[in-house]
Amino acid sequence: MRASSTLIATLSDLRRAAARGRKTLLPKQPKILVGMATCGLATGAEEVFAALREEVERLALPYTVAATGCIGWCCQEPLVDVQWPGKPRVTYGRMDARKARELVRGLDKGELKAEWAIGLLSAYDNPLTGARTRLARKTAGVDGVPRYQDVPLFRHQVRWAMRNSGIIDPRSLDEYIARGGYFAARQTLAAMQPAEVIEQVTLSGLRGRGGAGFPTGKKWEVMRRQAATPKYIICNGDEGDPGAYMNRTLLESDPHAVLEGMIIGAYAMGAAEGILYIREEYPLAVTRMREAIAQAEAAGLLGDNIFGSGFNCHLRVVEGAGAFVCGEETALIASVEGRVGEPRQRPPFPAQRGLWGKPTCINNVETWADVPLIVMRGGDWYAQLGTPSSKGTKTFCLVGAVKNSALVEVPIGITLRRVVEEIGGGVPDGRKFKAIQTGGPSGGCIPESLLDLEVDYESLTRAGAIMGSGGMIVMDDSNCMVDIAKYFLGFLQDESCGKCFSCREGLQRMHEIVARISEGNGREEDLELLEDLAWMVRETSLCGLGQTAPNPVLTTLRYFRDEYLAHVREKRCPAKVCKQLITYRIEPTLCDGCDACVHVCSSEAILGEKKHAHSIDNAKCIKCGACVEVCVPKAVVVE
Amino acid sequence: MPAQSEDELLSQGLKMSDAIPVEQILESWPGSAQNLIPALQKIQSEHHYLSEPALRAVSRYFHLPLPQVFHVATFYNCFSLEPRGRHEVRVCLGTACHVRGGQRILDKALRELGLSESGTTSDYEFSVEPVRCLGCCALAPVVRVDQRTYGHLQQSRVPRLLKPYRSRAEVAA
Repeated sequence: MRASSTLIATLSDLRRAAARGRKTLLPKQPKILVGMATCGLATGAEEVFAALREEVERLALPYTVAATGCIGWCCQEPLVDVQWPGKPRVTYGRMDARKARELVRGLDKGELKAEWAIGLLSAYDNPLTGARTRLARKTAGVDGVPRYQDVPLFRHQVRWAMRNSGIIDPRSLDEYIARGGYFAARQTLAAMQPAEVIEQVTLSGLRGRGGAGFPTGKKWEVMRRQAATPKYIICNGDEGDPGAYMNRTLLESDPHAVLEGMIIGAYAMGAAEGILYIREEYPLAVTRMREAIAQAEAAGLLGDNIFGSGFNCHLRVVEGAGAFVCGEETALIASVEGRVGEPRQRPPFPAQRGLWGKPTCINNVETWADVPLIVMRGGDWYAQLGTPSSKGTKTFCLVGAVKNSALVEVPIGITLRRVVEEIGGGVPDGRKFKAIQTGGPSGGCIPESLLDLEVDYESLTRAGAIMGSGGMIVMDDSNCMVDIAKYFLGFLQDESCGKCFSCREGLQRMHEIVARISEGNGREEDLELLEDLAWMVRETSLCGLGQTAPNPVLTTLRYFRDEYLAHVREKRCPAKVCKQLITYRIEPTLCDGCDACVHVCSSEAILGEKKHAHSIDNAKCIKCGACVEVCVPKAVVVE
Repeated sequence: MPAQSEDELLSQGLKMSDAIPVEQILESWPGSAQNLIPALQKIQSEHHYLSEPALRAVSRYFHLPLPQVFHVATFYNCFSLEPRGRHEVRVCLGTACHVRGGQRILDKALRELGLSESGTTSDYEFSVEPVRCLGCCALAPVVRVDQRTYGHLQQSRVPRLLKPYRSRAEVAA
């Protein structure tokens, strides 16, 4: 860890740290960056990093090999970027140790390995300072390698919250400062009144990025007015929505941005203590945040008398224990206090009575990371993007049936169609788009007919979904909507805390009904019964979990009723997903008798000799689909 | 799972000799209620489960009624009152993994380790559990074994993926 041991107490200290950071950020020698957030590590970034370093040492080259966070091209991990002074930065996708060594040997001979390159970056912006870092002349290019500004995945993105991801080493405080970090905190403490900070946040139109969309400035104002002390601030990093990883990536890639936002918020609201609640399923995010807190404390950016202002702020990490409901703010508070994560009635709101009964402000990771920008550039500047009711940018995880699975940040108000078709590159493998699921288990499935919807808090709610924290799962015609509804109900009945009868029992009954439909045992009146139950659960549950739990069922019933009816009337699963309604068969004219399926079949259900067409014994078949995966001539058909 | 006494488990080497004793873990925390969950998490990660004696010790240390400690220990997913295996195989069933066949990967892992449902193998080498989202959705379907995450899985890769953990376990034995 390159911890900065020097104290940072004045503007000139900050400038000195920035100068140190610039030296490692943009060294005069070539620099090789490896994306080492969890996605990168899961695909072998560690081996790639070690191979790069070994080869550079073996050849005694003057290159630096550095780790960075999420570069943003998730489906191409592991990613390696080469930054050669005066040349555009080149991104290489799907690297491995062998390619990494070859890359270094090639660089030594002046070869670029254009065949592995997926993008060229000649400049990047810093929204915090308004400055542009120019790496090379605009015209500089390499044949056959697209420039970032021409890649649809990046063309529509505006990286504000993710301003440093993939650029800085998340473990380097100096590099964060070199990108303009902690200047907003210093300006706040040195020259702004708490009310002025809140005025800017209100002006910016920033709304809670955790999904509910409560105006941040309003929440902060309520907090500021509370007379009770001490006050607490909390960063909600309990990103439990399945299909979402924006917060994890931000915590892993730019931890100081979150800390700086919290310092500014604490000052504005009169709090001196705060907690980062991060789920234990994110071990790297926990480690990065703890390292960042230790660095900031060592530099005097956290602790007592920050920037000599007399203002104190202490932050620490609390690990979640694996409960989805703890994303709800009163449940989160109960969990921090050492109790089970059961939500309670509001009001009183946490801003009035929160942690230990004291005023507490809970904001999402992304909300906190947006704060330094607003202070630095002003609320007006932040509000330039967005729709009349929702301002700024939002990060989304675009995954599922899209060509480019990626973590993207876009201006609020962009259409879903642009997100799916241009940024995501559309549905791959010649399949047909069916739905996009937003907002996780509290959200809904939006059909093709509504793809021109502008993404903001209100329009998604009107469509029966919610903005949520930012998960977007694209589904194609191989996904069954009844199965998706069953999936979310299964998730929610497991994660319901059990406090409200309607949520605890209602979700179980709904799950039973949808399961029955998926097995071909449903009745037509089940659909109405589901809608009745959904209404009951929504209207009579205490917290957001129960109130929004019926959304996945209601939206699939609303937009894909014909799929439910096919299961009920024809005992047929149109997407061929629901196990009880499908059978596997080998098409003899396509089967070349290669035996691959025989080897993977764990229930010995495949009959026939090698080099002769095979067949499936349906009595033995457990419908695991392993044969489909390995069949090269695609002779296994699902009916 | 068959009921086994602490002694039997000890004799199987489940309780690794380098595991920090419960009492020692507790001493590192001030005895206020806010430290209950972190203390239980530490015991869980050291001992792979929360035994009855451990829960009783926690209750005494924090001056909390045993039912309250039990309530917390059974509420959160990261705790287990039954011993978990030396290697924890967590198969992601987040939405992206679900639509890309996560359930099939889970079923395959269970079959591969001779389990009929989520749980622990009889030799306490492996526990296989589903997990709702590891947050690596672009790499779906995803499995995490101990601290290591594997992405872009297919059923056919599961045996190879588990192999190194098996041999390591055998070497240790």
